Amino acid sequence: MGIFRVKRKDFQQGIKAAMPVVMGYLPIGMAFGVLAAQAGLAVGEVFLMSLIVYAGSSQFIAVGLLLAGASPWTIIAATFLVNSRHILMSASLAPYLKGNTAGTLSIISFGVTDETYGVAIGAAESYRRSPSFLWGLNTTSHFTWVISTTVGSAAGSIIANPEVLGLDFALPAMFIGLLVGQLKDGLSGIIAGLAALLAIMFKIFIPGNWYIILAALITATIGVVIETWMQRY
Amino acid sequence: MDAKVLMIIVGMAAVTYFPRMLPLVVLSKMEIPPIVLRWLGFVPVAVLSSLLAPELLVTGQRFDVSLSNHYLLASLPCFLVAYKTKNLFYTVFTGMACLVILTRLWG
Repeated sequence: MGIFRVKRKDFQQGIKAAMPVVMGYLPIGMAFGVLAAQAGLAVGEVFLMSLIVYAGSSQFIAVGLLLAGASPWTIIAATFLVNSRHILMSASLAPYLKGNTAGTLSIISFGVTDETYGVAIGAAESYRRSPSFLWGLNTTSHFTWVISTTVGSAAGSIIANPEVLGLDFALPAMFIGLLVGQLKDGLSGIIAGLAALLAIMFKIFIPGNWYIILAALITATIGVVIETWMQRY
Repeated sequence: MDAKVLMIIVGMAAVTYFPRMLPLVVLSKMEIPPIVLRWLGFVPVAVLSSLLAPELLVTGQRFDVSLSNHYLLASLPCFLVAYKTKNLFYTVFTGMACLVILTRLWG
């Protein structure tokens, strides 16, 4: 089993690479815990949700829907809708993780979040086929999420407003860094611009949380079309 | 633990896990056609930009390019630092520092 042959150095690199994610998850996890406690969730329920769901935005939405008195099926359907974007992220990691067992991959894939994906794909060339980097990145990030949300729910409203330290901007700032790292040529810049434009339009005009997956699907396709066209002429 | 909440959590876990797991497990076992590989190559920049842009430019349900949009203002030095240093930590610290300055001094 490849799972147990963890390369220490790669694992440590993964932990190090998780630090921006940790900085972002701490305040948001605390905030989620406080909100969930106010919505009536027990500390154990918050812990379990963060442990086995582990998807920030859908957890916030679920708590909001619970407060609004939505049915379990509504909440579960909304969760699927919000988290279906991970399909694209998981698919785009696949070429870098060929040769690993289905067991290894089914555990690694549990740790794919917007944030860990951004870090993982940015470092993809360096860990090609070796999952130890991802073990380090994913376990550190998941641990932080579980602990911060649980502490938040236990502490209730004691936690100060995260805006005081600018912590609410930690994740957007990290995504800026990750996006800039992906801008390798003119075409990727065009695709980033198009995706931004479409995502903003979809966010404003389409209800629900379809904007990420729609904008990404369309612009990745446009990217292939432009690239093919450029090679031909 | 409340049975309804437990059911919600387990249901959420299932519908969250499968979209994460299936593409990676299935695609890594296949010879992916070159055109699909090229398409997947555009996914990171497309996803990251789609995640980020509305955070910076949409407030509520409105397109917001104004001086009261602190996220947008703080993002400008962030982009510069990200471009110049290629360092995630410097970028995150710049963003946080700029936001603190904006909310404290700008109001």
